[in-house]
Amino acid sequence: MRTRTRMSRRLAALAAVAALGTGLLAGCADDGASPAAEGSTAGGGGGGAKTTLTVGVFGAFGLKEAGLYDAYMKLHPDIEIKQTSIERNENYYPQLLTHLGSGSGLADIQAVEVSNIAEVTATQSGKLEDLSKAPGVNKDDFLPWKWAEGTAKDSKTVGLGTDTGPTGICYRKDLFAKAGLPTDRDAVGKLWAGDWNKYLEVGRQYKAKVPSGSAFVDSASGVLNSITGSSATRYYDAAGKVVYKDNPAVKQAWDTASAFATGGLTAKLQQFQPTWDQGFANASFATVSCPAWMLGYIQDKAGAAGKDQWDVAAAPKPSNWGGSFLTVPSAGKHTAEAAKLAAWLTAPAQQAVLFAKRGSFPSAKAAYGLPAVADAKHAYFGNAPIGQIFARAAEGTPVQTLGPKDQIIQQNLSDIGMLQVEQKGKSPQQGWDAAVKAIDNALDQ
Amino acid sequence: MASDTTAAVPSPTPGQESTAPARARADERRSRRYRRDVRWSPYAFTAPFFLFFAAFGLFPLLYTGWASLHQVELTSPNDMTWVGLRNFSRLLSDDFFWNALRNTFTIGVLSTVPQLLIALGIAHLLNYKLRGSMFFRVAVLTPYATSVAAATLVFVLLFGRDYGMVNWALGLVGFDHIDWQNGGLSSQLAVSTIVVWRWTGYNALIYLAAMQAVSADLYESAALDGASRWQQFRHVTIPSLRPTILFTAVVSTIGATQLFGEPLLFNGSAGATGGSDHQFQTLGLYLYEQGWVNLHLGRASAIAWAMFLILLLIGAVNWIVSHKLRKGMTS
Repeated sequence: MRTRTRMSRRLAALAAVAALGTGLLAGCADDGASPAAEGSTAGGGGGGAKTTLTVGVFGAFGLKEAGLYDAYMKLHPDIEIKQTSIERNENYYPQLLTHLGSGSGLADIQAVEVSNIAEVTATQSGKLEDLSKAPGVNKDDFLPWKWAEGTAKDSKTVGLGTDTGPTGICYRKDLFAKAGLPTDRDAVGKLWAGDWNKYLEVGRQYKAKVPSGSAFVDSASGVLNSITGSSATRYYDAAGKVVYKDNPAVKQAWDTASAFATGGLTAKLQQFQPTWDQGFANASFATVSCPAWMLGYIQDKAGAAGKDQWDVAAAPKPSNWGGSFLTVPSAGKHTAEAAKLAAWLTAPAQQAVLFAKRGSFPSAKAAYGLPAVADAKHAYFGNAPIGQIFARAAEGTPVQTLGPKDQIIQQNLSDIGMLQVEQKGKSPQQGWDAAVKAIDNALDQ
Repeated sequence: MASDTTAAVPSPTPGQESTAPARARADERRSRRYRRDVRWSPYAFTAPFFLFFAAFGLFPLLYTGWASLHQVELTSPNDMTWVGLRNFSRLLSDDFFWNALRNTFTIGVLSTVPQLLIALGIAHLLNYKLRGSMFFRVAVLTPYATSVAAATLVFVLLFGRDYGMVNWALGLVGFDHIDWQNGGLSSQLAVSTIVVWRWTGYNALIYLAAMQAVSADLYESAALDGASRWQQFRHVTIPSLRPTILFTAVVSTIGATQLFGEPLLFNGSAGATGGSDHQFQTLGLYLYEQGWVNLHLGRASAIAWAMFLILLLIGAVNWIVSHKLRKGMTS
């Protein structure tokens, strides 16, 4: 008997260890839910198990918040949609690359930001589904340049455009009035229409009238990014060569933005930092280059104190900043179902809903005629007709040549170079040299 | 365990003699099993640690070493091109690497030295008979329990240029506002402050535990010899704490070499650059920037190995110092 109990005790211990071990291993395993285990037979159309589709996104992407998943699940009772989100794209994107490399841990649909899309189409297109022929996809619905950006060299369209970032200039009416500038959005737009240097000129007028307490723009980097966003060639040429060093458009953008910094026209803030948020709340700058998706952010940060003060006017030149794509990794278990969902999510009607609910501007030009877009007004921004303002910007933006390392080049130009000029008092040449040195180091494999 | 073998005591039942060899065999088998048990069980019980260490410690270490000899990009981690020691040799002329090493060193000194001195002081105070001593001990440890992210976000606001509380307080006593994040030394000081705030309590508790192990007789005889409180602290407490101080110094040094979360988040959205002039980019941050922003896995692996070698060097120095110290104590 005693040996028996000893044996059973040992068995129990063994079982406990085994259970612990499998528990730990299970913890490591990816949670790509198997449809059989997840399935609930109750709601199925054919009485079969539900198919679970996962969507991987970064930030508050908006698809879920706008209720699009719920709408799709209502249309397709046999589909269940789950979303995983990583707050920041600079953490999301490396993880996506790792998962694509190993072919595991992937969601059925993965979002890609525009600054990464060139690298994805150039290096990952073999691991992604061609969505151009997916049911429900209509090439002519999309802006031609947006479609081109999601298409790889072998004319495989791996990314379907969600939103774009047509950019306007958001400004504070009370500060403009103080500086003796017009406050009506059409008149304001006319002040600088067609030339970024006119924008600089208005800034100088503003500074002369309102010497302290508030600056004309938030940051020189914001100006730099919106100017480079308005030219067709930016950091790469059509042949895929890095040309930012000799590109006159970049040079001009650098000079204009530097003039803002050295002329004391900026509030010396860094965008998306807590101090920038405080700047909105404390009205420490009068204008900011604002892509459509930034309106909600400004509303959140400027809050009740900024009510009835903000408005939005057209930028000097049509410019694009930001936007995203949806891709379907081939390693997924339900690629056909996922492609169908991606096509539906990016269709004009759904993009219009996303704009109405979240302010993400459609990349499907077919949506611009829909009343939800064409007649859209933003209450917080003095009922500005944002549908019209941004549609005009989106249609006027030149087709920009993208390159795989756009993000790194842009980040170093703004966060190293321009920031040194603006905040550390370095000369524009010193700032440019520092940025070039950092970019050279970053691009060297 | 040993008592279990009593189960094998033969029962005096008649007619059992014929099975004696069988029983002997069974005994033999059992004792063999017992010997095996004693011999191998410890290995089985410690195996999980080594398995996990092999999977999550040793394998990454070796793989990183292998990758550091190649040109590898995160966009296709399986395409490796052999480059020999190029990733290491280019570190020698890489200004960003030396800058990061310098920053790591200054931030390390700025955080470790005050941290250990303050911890020693706090531990000394907590060692007195205090009302509600448990409360103070727990309170001292709370920063350690806070997440790096939460703590750093608060400190970023405190050290803000325009609306930060530190500048507000400096303004009250008539100083100009300091641009904490953009200055070289000021940003490193700010990052060090976060580290000091988080780790001082932890070290204080370690010191406190060591202090409570110091025999009261020593203090008593010191007091009889007319030693003041301060003299007791210097000549009784500190020497008794020497091994503990060495331990905390080593652990803090390792922590300082790997410093990552604080400088990363101190930069807010700007990522791994460590400020516009890389003024507070540490080695850990530069590694991250090369690997996960610039996507050069090979170069990042070389930095990781360089850090590993630096730690080995620190370990060797520590061993020599502690060896000398022990000799000094015995002689």
